[in-house]
Amino acid sequence: MTLVLSRRSPRLAQAHITDALKPTTLHIFNDSHKHAHHQAMQGVTSRETHFRVFITSSAFQGKMQLARHRMVNSLMKDELAKEGGIHALQLTTRTPEEEESRKQKEAVQA
Amino acid sequence: MFARRAFSSAFRAATRASTVRPTPTARFLTPFQARLLSDEVRSAIDKAVASAPVVLFMKGTPETPQCGFSRASIQILGMQGVDPEKFTAFNVLEDQELRQGIKEYSEWPTIPQLYVEKEFVGGCDILMTMHQDGSLAKMLEEKGVVVPAEGGQQAP
Repeated sequence: MTLVLSRRSPRLAQAHITDALKPTTLHIFNDSHKHAHHQAMQGVTSRETHFRVFITSSAFQGKMQLARHRMVNSLMKDELAKEGGIHALQLTTRTPEEEESRKQKEAVQA
Repeated sequence: MFARRAFSSAFRAATRASTVRPTPTARFLTPFQARLLSDEVRSAIDKAVASAPVVLFMKGTPETPQCGFSRASIQILGMQGVDPEKFTAFNVLEDQELRQGIKEYSEWPTIPQLYVEKEFVGGCDILMTMHQDGSLAKMLEEKGVVVPAEGGQQAP
């Protein structure tokens, strides 16, 4: 099965991640505009170069961060490899339990 | 042309000992083959990874990072008190072969990339997560790559 993030539609990326990881939480932010003026982006017309993705999925259970990121990276492999494709992909990968305990901690601090 | 080009100065600095072997002519390479990591580049990266206990492949230099994620990674390593004597950074912007090669070598699509004792640790997000949950400090301490604390005080 090949899962590819479409250049034009972060919604497709969402669909791929949803299919593969069955996330309980999924937020995808397109930060490309914040980086558009960077030197590395000169000549790049795509406005889908920098993404920030928060994924909570039980598929991450028992896996180190490195393995979790590799799972997500592999879903976006082709777009990441492509010239003018995704330049940066920020990932936050948690299990439902980790998200829950983080929420509780934040509630205590608040 | 591309395959024949010598390594740029920064990359060569850490790989000077490597013997130069004739490289296949670029015109025989299909685009697909050209993307595969050559033995030359792989062995050069092997040496780069082994050149210090802590090795960061980054965009720009530690003094002047050329990318926010590389900058953040350098700052984290600084906050962790990584011993400069045990640290080397490679600027991938100075070498196109290194820039592409390291991604295939680590099977990791983005830069920066951190290696500790030849083992791939991760990119900026993983460093940040490990920095926040304390596992980075623990790992660096165990590997003995941080500046020893003076008189029981926390190193700055």
